[in-house]
Amino acid sequence: MALTLENTLNWLHGFDQVIEAKKAYLSQLDTPIGDGDHGNNLARGAAAIEAALEKNKPTDLTAALKTIAMALVSKVGGASGALYGTAFLEMAKTSQKTQALPDLLAAGLAGIQKRGSATTGEKTMVDVWAPVVTAAQAGELDQAVVDQAVQATKEMQATKGRASYVGEKSVGHLDPGAVSSGYLFTELLKTGVDK
Amino acid sequence: MSLGILIVSHVADITVGVQKLISQTAAQVPVTVAGGTDDGGVGTSVDKIQQAVAANKADELLAFYDLGSAKMNLEMAQEFSNKPIYLYDVALIEGAYTAAALLQAGVERSEIEKQLRPLKIK
Ligand SMILES: Nc1ncnc2c1ncn2[C@@H]1O[C@H](COP(=O)(O)OP(=O)(O)OP(=O)(O)O)[C@@H](O)[C@H]1O
Ligand SMILES: [Mg+2]
Repeated sequence: MALTLENTLNWLHGFDQVIEAKKAYLSQLDTPIGDGDHGNNLARGAAAIEAALEKNKPTDLTAALKTIAMALVSKVGGASGALYGTAFLEMAKTSQKTQALPDLLAAGLAGIQKRGSATTGEKTMVDVWAPVVTAAQAGELDQAVVDQAVQATKEMQATKGRASYVGEKSVGHLDPGAVSSGYLFTELLKTGVDK
Repeated sequence: MSLGILIVSHVADITVGVQKLISQTAAQVPVTVAGGTDDGGVGTSVDKIQQAVAANKADELLAFYDLGSAKMNLEMAQEFSNKPIYLYDVALIEGAYTAAALLQAGVERSEIEKQLRPLKIK
């Protein structure tokens, strides 16, 4: 289970396509419990990633992760840009020491938690990243882990991010950032990196 | 060493409004702002914040912000910047106004921070 330049590029190309295809749905999820922009925010990021990878043509894993991070940081314009951006930035740093997937994902999660100071159970993307990291470390990461983690955010009450402002009313809705993180890990699994 | 103020909001009009409000009482305090996304939408932008940091002629900045990503993007700009930036989890308008009025009166940072404490809301 290791990330390489090649599978990482495949991974992000897959993610960018899904985001473009699902942007209306993601923004719709963000409407009852947020400001309705998550899909559009990420679609800007996805387009920026594609443009940056095309322009800079990274030649190693660290450079690729860094290029992805900077595109997200500068173009998304919402909390998810800072959060995903920091995740990829931390993965880039860690990739100088190891390419092992569990270590890289753990570094990404640590970055998200450093930036947003959310823990599990607060109805954010952390509720997908955390179980995915745990499963990857145990060598048990599969699609079911991802899907269950995303679904579990439905019954949670948000205590971080925009959704926290609607309090109890956030219960019963999937968290948009959890759903987009679910797409990220679904695309990761499609690259066969876990095999 | 001089102190200035940095305002970050999801909406450009909010930053301009806060700047207008505090400049009336603190005309000599350097205030720069970053509001909205790069394409003029609602959100926050690290690039805009970095530009506002660079444009501020003070050596150190006291930063005030509104919701969620404003703080996250401010912290990213803080990590990328050589200029010390201090973030306050206080009400945006009241906090920025308090700091500006005290800076204009020549009060130092530690004392300003004491007066900001009751305005903490996040
Ligand atoms: N503090 C946080 N920690 C972890 N994840 C968070 C945090 N705040 C928000 N999120 C995630 O970000 C998602 C929302 O992303 P989006 O792109 O819509 O940004 P936003 O909340 O609209 O940004 P802004 O803060 O500028 O309003 C949420 O669904 C949640 O998963
Ligand atoms: Mg949103």
